[in-house]
Amino acid sequence: MKPLLPRRYPAPPTWADYFTSRREQTRDTALERYFDVGVPAPETPISDVPMLAMDMETTGLDEQRHAIVSIGVVPFDLQRIRLAERRYWIVRPPRPLNERSITFHHITHSEIEQAPDLDDVLDELLAVMAGRIVVVHYRHIERTFLNAAVKARRGEGIHFPVIDTMSLEARLHRQSWWARLRRWLGRPPASIRLPDSRTRYGLPSYQAHHALIDALASAELLQAQIAHRYSRDTPLSEVWS
Amino acid sequence: MQVELLEVRQHMAQFPPFEQLSDDLLDALAGQVEVGYFQAETDIYRHGDAVEYLHYIRSGAIDLYRRNGDLYNRLSEGDIFGQFDLLRDRRVRFPARAIEDTLIYFIPLATFQRLCEADDNFADFVEVERPRLESTVDQQRKGHEMLVTRVRKLASRAPVMVESDATVQEAAQRMGEHNASSVLVLAAPQTPDDSHAFTHADGQLRRMVGILTDHDLRDRVLAEGRPTSTTVGELIDERPITIQSDESVYEAMLRMLRNNIHHLPILHRRRPVGVLHLSDIVRHETNSSLYLVDNVFRQANVEGLAALKSDVRAAFVRMVNEDDNSQMVGSSLSSIGRAFTRRLLELAEEELGPPPVPYCFMALGSMARNEQSIVTDQDNALVLDDSFDSEQHDAYFLTLAQRVSDGLAACGYSYCKGDVMATNSRWRQPLRVWQQYFRDWIDDPSAERLLHSSIFFDLDSVYGDEAFVERLQDLVAERASQRPHFLAAMARNALNRTPPLGFFRTFVMEKDGEQNNTINLKRRGTAPLVDLIRVHALACGSRAQNSFDRLEDINKTRLLAGHSGERIRYALEFIAMVRIRHQVIDIQEEREPDNNIEPENVSDNERHNLKDAFQVLSNAQKFLKFRYPMPSQKR
Repeated sequence: MKPLLPRRYPAPPTWADYFTSRREQTRDTALERYFDVGVPAPETPISDVPMLAMDMETTGLDEQRHAIVSIGVVPFDLQRIRLAERRYWIVRPPRPLNERSITFHHITHSEIEQAPDLDDVLDELLAVMAGRIVVVHYRHIERTFLNAAVKARRGEGIHFPVIDTMSLEARLHRQSWWARLRRWLGRPPASIRLPDSRTRYGLPSYQAHHALIDALASAELLQAQIAHRYSRDTPLSEVWS
Repeated sequence: MQVELLEVRQHMAQFPPFEQLSDDLLDALAGQVEVGYFQAETDIYRHGDAVEYLHYIRSGAIDLYRRNGDLYNRLSEGDIFGQFDLLRDRRVRFPARAIEDTLIYFIPLATFQRLCEADDNFADFVEVERPRLESTVDQQRKGHEMLVTRVRKLASRAPVMVESDATVQEAAQRMGEHNASSVLVLAAPQTPDDSHAFTHADGQLRRMVGILTDHDLRDRVLAEGRPTSTTVGELIDERPITIQSDESVYEAMLRMLRNNIHHLPILHRRRPVGVLHLSDIVRHETNSSLYLVDNVFRQANVEGLAALKSDVRAAFVRMVNEDDNSQMVGSSLSSIGRAFTRRLLELAEEELGPPPVPYCFMALGSMARNEQSIVTDQDNALVLDDSFDSEQHDAYFLTLAQRVSDGLAACGYSYCKGDVMATNSRWRQPLRVWQQYFRDWIDDPSAERLLHSSIFFDLDSVYGDEAFVERLQDLVAERASQRPHFLAAMARNALNRTPPLGFFRTFVMEKDGEQNNTINLKRRGTAPLVDLIRVHALACGSRAQNSFDRLEDINKTRLLAGHSGERIRYALEFIAMVRIRHQVIDIQEEREPDNNIEPENVSDNERHNLKDAFQVLSNAQKFLKFRYPMPSQKR
């Protein structure tokens, strides 16, 4: 598999500025409502930040050629992950799936064929995202796919800050002096995949590959990472990107 | 759209009290759970905090503390805590602290209350007024367990599955590897929206298209001369008969009988989760037959009797598998033991001639209490007529005692290590000497002296002149209750053996935090319960010997407050049954049965209930100490 290059984002002065300017310029009511709620200030302690764990299943890794098939989200904060407020959507990709062989975990082809277009669930998705910081494991899927999908349907894209549990793991296991020493000694780097990362914090292994379960898994991982490596007072700016 | 939170619900469905919930309730529950992570060595909640959730340990381990800092309980995966506080004043009584990195499922109060209303078993399990120990024992006594037991309880392992294009030889190999008498057959769904499709562990969509049994291999492959390369798909009937995992065992039995099949695939929705075999159900069904006693009396010699040893074990296994309770098992085994003793005495009398003076052969300990187990030694004595003259008559009775004792040993009742047997001349005495023994023990007791004689306070006649033993029983019943020193000494001995705190994973958890690999359920459970019941029974002048009969006598008095008599009964019944069940496992796995259980062999349900039973014993011992203090010395 060809590694994906991290995509560049326009670097707005701050997320707050970006949200304000988008709220004023957007012509889409759902986006306007989303940007109107705004983002928590960068200095907010992580324990006060409302978050939303998110995972998507897509038909491939390129947001230009591939599409979203399912989205799972679970609202949470450092204390609790609230499964009662979870949302899960299966959506129909705009292009028919020409390859029958593509298989999705827990989703049948007929479910996909009967599913709505992302456009029909987008307002609901934006409503749960509003005011919450999105938490993902590997940010280059959810953020880029959502941006491309929104742009295709509403004529304008969407950027938003995320906390990426994978890059938090990478900081520890790929960028620390200890990790460099290991590399220098020729040891393989520690895996920062979701299941391996979870194991390091004593979290149970989940069998299912389901957008909702993976979202739950990322939420649990972030709670564990903050408990072990950061503190409840860690400012948001230290962990988001 | 309601999404199944499979990972959440499947985990909870393995553990009590959730395992008994219907699938719909489980789904609703999983959807309401809140999740929180706690690093090792952090507090989950402190004393006096508000409790708004039932807590379920998804992974990790926690300790609950008493206010004085003592360990109250140690819990791990699948355990719940906080239910008593939820039902009381919603304030934390026992603070909780994670001892490992721990993931907790928080079940909100409203959901907890809905579950209590919707499911009686759940309510019984968590309710403080009706501890789960009682509800479990009551449930065991319900005759028609088949109607309430869900099929998934009998699905002890995951089904063995093959693809329909596998050959019958491959299928047979899989069956051999897993020691299974059937395999489930899978195929790709016919259409993408096949309503029978489920997602297999590898993420592929599959549907179960049939079942192949060892009968099919015999009748349809070997007998019909098909090649081993025949595919499984050619042999099976599509549209197999199945059952949903939350249907009753009774329904499963009907379905098998109606369709004349022996294997029934168990599904959760569309996913196969096990295969039920008719023999799994037959175990619930078999009828008891105690022809054994009859058979004992037909034996003409010791060899014949000794040959029945394996029949005794078989009868024992049968009784337990028929869900008899410990009283029934205990009294049946005691009847069998008495039959052996009587027959041996009859045979000895035939050989030695009639006794020179009347006598009574007396059983002591568990046989006298009608609580014998399969692991037992012989405790017996001879009470002779007062006209007994040692010079003249003792040779006869010594030989008689030896015949019985050796015969019992040959039949599996090992010699008493404490030498409490009629072969010991101290315990082969005329009635007046026995009366003097008992008067001495009762009037001039000391804990040390009684330590070795407490066994004599469970006594019953087996053969001969019953009146002798009745006179001794009367003496004990009338005298003991009047002697506080005696009761205090007996009470002190009853505290020598204490229960553990409970279990933690594969260890026995001791009160001082020690963990052991095994526990002797007799020494740490039934025996101390029997001991403390005996003290109360003596105090209230009961003539009963059986512990449950004694408890009934005790409960007619005001000796025990409130429901504690009932609790002791439930605790004794439960611990005795676990001990019995583990002896059955030993026998079935061809090990010599003993009184030890290894915590890894204890089911979750047993583990939780045993913990409660140990708590009942511990509380009852505390009360005993307080109720029978050593009176101040008069001299």
